[in-house]
Amino acid sequence: MIEFQQVHKTYRVAGRDIPALHPTSLSIDNGQVFGLIGHSGAGKSTLLRLINRLEAPSGGKIIIDGEDVTAFDANQLRGFRQQVGMIFQHFNLLASKTVADNVGLPLTLAGELSRKEIDARVAELLQRVGLSEHAKKYPAQLSGGQKQRVGIARALSTRPKILLCDEATSALDPQTTASVLQLLAEINRELKLTIVLITHEMDVIRRVCDHVAVMDAGQIVEQGPVADVFLHPKHPTTRRFVQEDEQVDEAEQRDDFAHVPGRIVRLTFQGDATYAPLLGTVARETGVDYSILAGRIDRIKDTPYGQLTLAVTGGDMEAAFARFTAADVHMEVLR
Amino acid sequence: MDALNFFANVDWSEIWLATGDTFIMLFGSLFFTVLLGLPLGVLLFMFGPRQMFEQKGIYAVLSLVVNILRSLPFIILLIVMIPVTVLITGTSLGVAGAIPPLVVGATPFFARLVETALREVDRGIIEATQSMGATTRQIIMNALLPEARPGIFAAITVTAITLVSYTAMAGVVGAGGLGDLAIRFGYQRFQTDVMIVTVVLLLILVQVLQSIGDKLVVHFSRK
Repeated sequence: MIEFQQVHKTYRVAGRDIPALHPTSLSIDNGQVFGLIGHSGAGKSTLLRLINRLEAPSGGKIIIDGEDVTAFDANQLRGFRQQVGMIFQHFNLLASKTVADNVGLPLTLAGELSRKEIDARVAELLQRVGLSEHAKKYPAQLSGGQKQRVGIARALSTRPKILLCDEATSALDPQTTASVLQLLAEINRELKLTIVLITHEMDVIRRVCDHVAVMDAGQIVEQGPVADVFLHPKHPTTRRFVQEDEQVDEAEQRDDFAHVPGRIVRLTFQGDATYAPLLGTVARETGVDYSILAGRIDRIKDTPYGQLTLAVTGGDMEAAFARFTAADVHMEVLR
Repeated sequence: MDALNFFANVDWSEIWLATGDTFIMLFGSLFFTVLLGLPLGVLLFMFGPRQMFEQKGIYAVLSLVVNILRSLPFIILLIVMIPVTVLITGTSLGVAGAIPPLVVGATPFFARLVETALREVDRGIIEATQSMGATTRQIIMNALLPEARPGIFAAITVTAITLVSYTAMAGVVGAGGLGDLAIRFGYQRFQTDVMIVTVVLLLILVQVLQSIGDKLVVHFSRK
């Protein structure tokens, strides 16, 4: 478990203190995929780097599996960092080393394994990320997605307990992003590894994360299980991220619906409820009429969900609303 | 007959000897320049602004020493250095007397080039290596220097060529070499043929050094 206790970070720039992270408490369970989302400058990168102490905290404690990592000396810190893998937006592979040497670098630096053992481990890792035939190439000869796979293999080489992902897919095209995220999910499942990732794309959170924290101006403004935060965003920053993901403009939509008659409700289905024939049944039984104004059916990690905005007219509207609420559906009356 | 006459003043064994001297001075001083300049360049980089061991005071002192040595004309350095040279090599004359001032003249220049080459390395590389739990020594040896290798080879090439022109001046302390020959015979005795031969040989030397350097840079660029 990763636990932040009132951790804060202030940079001193030109004689002035600039707070990058306000006192923050946070806990991340083992085996979780934890997403931090925020715009650039929100403090997510600082928070991530505090975990492996690439940034030293200005105050507070960071406890990882019962150990206060803020109290580590240089030697302990090196040992600890070997148990925390990290991947980067721009991959940060060494251009002067082959793919195999890049992947083996953390093991070479740790100096605990023989050359032969390192080679065997590297071969195994390259197989896992599907790059066995590229072992002797140099990073410049690979595509972006392949480079990030090398980065992942490298981060996993020392069998870490935690993997930190710094905007790992931001430099990749959508298709490559999907495959890299899939690889991360796979690693999380099979190796029971805790993943902390930062991103500015809600889509990344929706695809792989279990838990999300939304950051704005150096603090966490909202956090919880991804489905809760994603489907029922409360803070304005969170709402903006969700709208960006859905490519919906709330104000524009309100104008569009202005001339639609009847009440407007938003229904959110999750899990099995997503595929139940609820709308038709309720309409028949209560005599209401509905038209779908907007809607989306998708998945959050492995759970299907649907979100529909309806205009409801005629019939026994109250009874219909009662039926929706009684079924396993979240209903929000917009008008 | 005219063509042969033209080279009448050229004593080929003299030329051969001078070429040998130039080579010894060049590679002798280049060896020590790299030996001293590389660590100095690494120190300049590490203590420099926004780097791992940012130390304004230390950097300012190192920088000042480097700048003073670089702003001194080599010919002056050669003379000022005489007592020190005698202390190191036992003589201030000949090839042995030329190497210490050559090294002192070229090291600050080379160190600056190394510092620049290291700054070209993506900061993300340092961060990634740190995140693996590397020691400072490991970061320098396993990441920074290998990544900066093309830049460092380019720096060695430029330094070697600068040293070629410095060796010509080393004639002042009786160091010998092609440049010395050009000055003493070609210039002072108006033996144009000697001048042409020595200049052509120096030109070939510079060309060869540059193309070897370029090949090494390309080879290690991996791009």
